[in-house]
Amino acid sequence: MARVLLFGRLRDQAGWRERRFAPSPSTLVGLKSLIAAEDAGLAAALDGPGVQTAVDRDLVRGDMVLTADAEVAFLPPMSGG
Amino acid sequence: MIRLTSESFDPGAELNRFCAGRTGTGAVASFVGVARGEAGAAAALELEAYPGFTEREIERLAGETARRFSLDDVAVVHRIGPIPTGEAIVLVLTAAAHRREAFAACDFLMDYLKSKAPLWKKEFGPAGANWVEPTAGDLAALGRWNSGAAP
Repeated sequence: MARVLLFGRLRDQAGWRERRFAPSPSTLVGLKSLIAAEDAGLAAALDGPGVQTAVDRDLVRGDMVLTADAEVAFLPPMSGG
Repeated sequence: MIRLTSESFDPGAELNRFCAGRTGTGAVASFVGVARGEAGAAAALELEAYPGFTEREIERLAGETARRFSLDDVAVVHRIGPIPTGEAIVLVLTAAAHRREAFAACDFLMDYLKSKAPLWKKEFGPAGANWVEPTAGDLAALGRWNSGAAP
């Protein structure tokens, strides 16, 4: 089952930090459609400015194939220091 | 050395440890970021990390800094979780043969940590909590270094 992690303002907006999606979507776009079906506002925020996506802890751009146990993280603009 | 910690830490002790036993180093520069907050608030801010990923990305930024400025060594200690007002949030230490490289590397790495380290900062103020995002000033600070390869 694909595991989805949210950080920062995305976590507050969604009201959850981590979820598993089953059946596991086979692509990132498929995963976003599942999210959009239940929370359109969150799906829009995931495609918002400055939000980056990491799959299995590597930053990715565009669509990609997800393994059944993929870890997908949505990362809003970062602010350390 | 990169360390994330949810406990308060002593920047002076970290600096002493970092300096100990060096021979080729002629300069160590340090920067301490401190939680600035509203009087009476339980925490000034809260920092969220992505365990594993955050350390690796900071390691990458620190490595790029070390190469760019020919450092002998670099260390970052970054606090995560709730941080009371007045406590250290981040410590950057850079060791080089001479001072200009040490100062510049410290400045450079802080600019990168501000907007490229995978950390999310929530500030608590009189009007409630809000998530901090890099400001135009932060991005301009980063832009100053763009003549070289960005990490």
